[in-house]
Amino acid sequence: METKSIMIVGVGGQGTLLASRILGSVLGTAGYEVKVSEVHGMSQRGGSVVTYIRYGEKVYSPVIEKGQADMIISFEQLEAARYVSYLKKDGTIITNTQKISPMPVITGAAEYPDGIIDKIKAMGINVIAVDALSAAEKAGSARAVNVVLMGVLSKVLPGIELDAWKKAVEKCVPAKVIEINEKAFDLGREM
Amino acid sequence: MSELMLGNQAVARGLYEAGVSVVSSYPGTPSTEITEFSSKYPEDEIYCEWAPNEKVACEVAIGASMAGARSFCAMKHVGLNVAADPLFTASYTGVNGGMVLAVADDPGMHSSQNEQDSRHYAIGAKVPMLEPSDSQECKDYAKLAYEISEKFDTPVILRLTTRVSHSQSAVTTEDRIERTLPEYKKNIAKNVMVPANAIKKHVVVEQRTLDLIEYAETSGINTVEMNSDEIGVITSGICYQYAKEALGDKASYLKLGMVNPLPVKLIKDFAAKVKTLYVIEELDDVIETHCRKNGIDVKGKELFTLQGEYFQSKVKQVVLGEKDEWQTLDAEIPVRPPVLCAGCPHRGVFYILKKLGVMVSGDIGCYTLGAAAPLSAIDTTVCMGASISGLHGFNKGRKGEYEGKAVAVIGDSTFMHSGITSLVDIAYNRSNSTVIVLDNSITGMTGHQNNPANGKNIYGDPASAVNLEALAHAIGINSVTVVNPGDLAETERVIKEELAKAEPSLIIARKPCALLKTVKHKPPFHIDADKCKNCKSCMRIGCPALVSGDKCITIDNTLCVGCGLCEQLCKFDAIKE
Ligand SMILES: Cc1ncc(C[n+]2csc(CCOP(=O)(O)OP(=O)(O)O)c2C)c(N)n1
Ligand code: SF4
Ligand code: SF4
Repeated sequence: METKSIMIVGVGGQGTLLASRILGSVLGTAGYEVKVSEVHGMSQRGGSVVTYIRYGEKVYSPVIEKGQADMIISFEQLEAARYVSYLKKDGTIITNTQKISPMPVITGAAEYPDGIIDKIKAMGINVIAVDALSAAEKAGSARAVNVVLMGVLSKVLPGIELDAWKKAVEKCVPAKVIEINEKAFDLGREM
Repeated sequence: MSELMLGNQAVARGLYEAGVSVVSSYPGTPSTEITEFSSKYPEDEIYCEWAPNEKVACEVAIGASMAGARSFCAMKHVGLNVAADPLFTASYTGVNGGMVLAVADDPGMHSSQNEQDSRHYAIGAKVPMLEPSDSQECKDYAKLAYEISEKFDTPVILRLTTRVSHSQSAVTTEDRIERTLPEYKKNIAKNVMVPANAIKKHVVVEQRTLDLIEYAETSGINTVEMNSDEIGVITSGICYQYAKEALGDKASYLKLGMVNPLPVKLIKDFAAKVKTLYVIEELDDVIETHCRKNGIDVKGKELFTLQGEYFQSKVKQVVLGEKDEWQTLDAEIPVRPPVLCAGCPHRGVFYILKKLGVMVSGDIGCYTLGAAAPLSAIDTTVCMGASISGLHGFNKGRKGEYEGKAVAVIGDSTFMHSGITSLVDIAYNRSNSTVIVLDNSITGMTGHQNNPANGKNIYGDPASAVNLEALAHAIGINSVTVVNPGDLAETERVIKEELAKAEPSLIIARKPCALLKTVKHKPPFHIDADKCKNCKSCMRIGCPALVSGDKCITIDNTLCVGCGLCEQLCKFDAIKE
């Protein structure tokens, strides 16, 4: 199998790291060699964050660059726009429809672009847009956006048993909030 | 059993398996998690601590090694500047129990103030340096480093880079080696570095380097992989992964697991087998210079660069002339820089400093974000501790003209790290300088570590806390005031008062970091749309929870923690609890 590349992008504080750990864990138990690359530091304070997940028979570089990703999971619309150039021509993007204004937009120095999802579609990219925030709130916590999106991904990503996903979620989320996250995952699958 | 681990976690596992029993570090991205993961092992097996700074950490490791323990300390690249003094002489004394120092470089500067290359320190201190390229090697090399340390009687540096430290890959674990402490024997000739002893030791160090070169040639730490006789690549660490990804079987590889000292014969033999030889190394031209010095013809920095990270595309482009293609979205995409969190205790101080229009000598921590718009309050940031000494120098440089119009800001952890001696300079050499310690009771920037001023140790257990007020008095600063930076009027009054005094002063702005679990927040505030005149006064504090709109400002209730700062700025009483 050729090495596959998935990116998870979002805003610091949205829980992208946890999502990449769930995905890394699920792919590991499916028998692939996996590398997950995250950058800590400044990005945690509400900055743009990205993690890379690469898997296959043999993986060397942990990093994904422009034009190399098979799939992007975006937690926020503007971040989908920022990283869409990382997709391969026939790539897929799953994006949360939530919008979070960055500081230049908050202060009025820049504008939040309109119609991002339509523009990405117009590029010929396969877009799956979901309101993960509402689903997460329905599950019991706005913070479960990450697990909702993993639910969405579980329907699209071939070759992984539902049971393996559920085990990975259970392993990676804090014990106190397992129920909320199980619900969030199921709601994601139904979207 | 194999498990996905961060590179840093794998180093910690390596320490555990190697029977290490003392770890002392100061946090610094991307090295911090090594010590955090080490502290999850039982304390009676690996004792861990956060030292006030890297020099102290390194000296603790030296002492533990002299006592016979296998010891360790971790730091980021700039931390090694601070720890360099003990390291250079520990190279002369050598070790009793093995001693390893991990240093994490940050090519691309994801969270650093410069892009220095730590390999120069290994060369300068004449100590061996190993460089892993994935998590398994992080663990294996950490263990090997202790064998080398004890065999060659030297501290060993484990060099990491951001992508190795912060990538997860599979690691197979083994059991911990049970070590009995070797006996402590007083040995003045070995451990007391006065000139007479050090002169003899220097001879030993130079011979050790020759022995280590022999080890580099023959031990198998540096490996050759022959695929093609057209293209040869000499590389190490993460660049090996980029090269393999980009070139696969189209090239042959000499992968250097030990980057100091470097082999000569091994490289010459490899060079003889390939037509074109590339050196692929991020940052400085260390391997390349070594090759040239030994008359080996290589291609290097004239094709690559001294700046930033390489990745696979760079290698593909340079070596094969191939380029990836991609499409871009046709839209202006605003940047999303990091910002002070909603409810951050630092925000109020910077708002007032900007309002007063004073010169702000800055330092390193979350509060460096006070330099970002709209607060834009900070004038300078150099290195940890430099805010205070820099302000003293600034005031001396301008012959007192800025006294009363300039302040230094420094976090509690940074003050413990290297601010205290600078404050001594202000008191001793007398400048009328005003210093503000931003005491949020935590080391925030690096992910919330306890520190000597917050009363908790690395395990979260109660510990002695430095009393900043008493410390300042003891140093000779007589005007010391504590203020709550959540109260804007009070903060402004205190800063103005202290600036007006004809003596050095210390202000302690004390309020815990908004992300601490112990902090109880109020419910989100909201804006009364009928009262809001959209004057945007509240927007000047740059809180990410305040969102501008066409008719009025709104508060994002998923972000707001009810700190009440914006309410204090609203003249129309539109912001409510
Ligand atoms: C010599 C050195 N060591 C470590 C670091 C990494 N580092 C940057 S800021 C910081 C501490 C910040 O803590 P504090 O001063 O309490 O401020 P806060 O982030 O909590 O606002 C550290 C450890 C560094 N930049 N330089
Ligand atoms: S982590 Fe704490 S100190 Fe750092 S920006 Fe956030 S609230 Fe402020
Ligand atoms: S009260 Fe105002 S300043 Fe404080 S977090 Fe909420 S919106 Fe931000």
